Amino acid sequence: MTVTQHVLIVVGVLFVMLNIAAGLIWVERRMLALWQDRLGPNRAGPLGIFIVVADTLKLFFKEDWIPPFADKKVFVLAPAIVVGSALLSFVIIPFAPGIVVADLNVGLLFFLAMSSIGVYSIVLGGWASNNKYSLLGALRGASQMIAYEVFMGLSLMGVVMLTGSFKLSDIVAAQQDMWFIIKQPVAAIIFFIAGIAETHRLPFDIPEAESELIAGFHAEYSGMKFGMFFVGEYIGITLISSMMTTMFFGGWLGPAFLPPWAWFFIKTFAFILFFILLRASLPRPRYDQLMETGWKILLPLVLVNLLVTGAVALWTRG
Amino acid sequence: MFSHIRTIWLTFLHLFKKKVTIEYPEEKVKLHPRWRGRIVLTKDPDGGERCVGCYLCAAACPVDCIALQATEDENGRRYPEFFRINFSRCIFCGFCEEACPTYAIQLIPDFEMGEYKRQNLVFEKEDLLINSQGKYPGYNFYQVAGIQAGVKGKGEGDNEEPPVDVHSLLP
Repeated sequence: MTVTQHVLIVVGVLFVMLNIAAGLIWVERRMLALWQDRLGPNRAGPLGIFIVVADTLKLFFKEDWIPPFADKKVFVLAPAIVVGSALLSFVIIPFAPGIVVADLNVGLLFFLAMSSIGVYSIVLGGWASNNKYSLLGALRGASQMIAYEVFMGLSLMGVVMLTGSFKLSDIVAAQQDMWFIIKQPVAAIIFFIAGIAETHRLPFDIPEAESELIAGFHAEYSGMKFGMFFVGEYIGITLISSMMTTMFFGGWLGPAFLPPWAWFFIKTFAFILFFILLRASLPRPRYDQLMETGWKILLPLVLVNLLVTGAVALWTRG
Repeated sequence: MFSHIRTIWLTFLHLFKKKVTIEYPEEKVKLHPRWRGRIVLTKDPDGGERCVGCYLCAAACPVDCIALQATEDENGRRYPEFFRINFSRCIFCGFCEEACPTYAIQLIPDFEMGEYKRQNLVFEKEDLLINSQGKYPGYNFYQVAGIQAGVKGKGEGDNEEPPVDVHSLLP
């Protein structure tokens, strides 16, 4: 791969991801509305797609206020972390054969590391806001992340066992005959649940929880800093959806009448829509319920899954 | 767990349901005949103003948005010299309509009165007067009132007897 090609891929991935994140504002509002028997924004431009421009302009022109009681440097830094770490994770995602920024041989570990760094944005944002609701949100965010990070990693290990590689392009190639959703259904479901908790989306938006913590960790944020948290959340959704696609649904693989990247985006988009559907349908669990499900049900389940996968792998090999 | 999946599925089915949104500028809202919208001044069947300038509407108005000045024409018929409603203050409560003894002031089902300048929301008498009898067709206050104001002579009205000549009652 030449340098020019590489730069083109980097710029292309950045461009597409940021645009998807922005476009999701419209997708989410429209789809939520349709699922609630409304129409949603349909005035600005065809089908209301320019609501994205309007929303972004609005965010840019809002007063960018830093509370005098906040820790200013950390307060500014926090929203950048969530966007940065989520965007960095896209480095390892293979969109199509050859279209990947860096096909690391520790790709999966890199993804897990980056999504763990994302939690710093919540913790630092809530801490720097110097507001008790923000701090409570940050606290919940941190413990939720720690709980769900554990079996998010463990649920992916079954796939790694079957493939024998952390490299995402190898994992996709290993699904040539059969997608891993069939071999690892439990792991796929648990990874998806952990992914929702990871992006702190509804129904697991415990750190935000409008009804109890106002807006949780970003209660003090306004203007484009708030917008960054928003964009970070949408990039996170896209990231988890693309990871679902790559790990369990065969990545770019699909019948040949569509190019590989199209299959990748169709699958990813289906998961994004499912994220929004979950938001439209499920209520938020209580904080202790969330932790209980995490530690007492999902963690043992994923360990058993790992055990069985290992045993089967040994048996078929031996 | 099963109920969660069922919830998700049922929510998904709502994608194909009929939407409740009324797309307002293209699709009009159904307004009922008694909807309280813009205030108008109606006329009696002869085309004369119904308003007699009694100030009851202005007194009843909880936000003081009605201003008027009563005067009389050469026949002694009272009418408002000016009648001004500040719709930027009006709360469309309909108290003026209830207070009006001559059915002159009425609220009609029209709410589309947006303006760019606040001053344009101050309606004068010529903006308020409509060439219609509104909700009470056939009603003419001076036809049933006991006074002579160029509409009918004394005692010529409906349910009215000619004035008694008090001198003829002498024993």
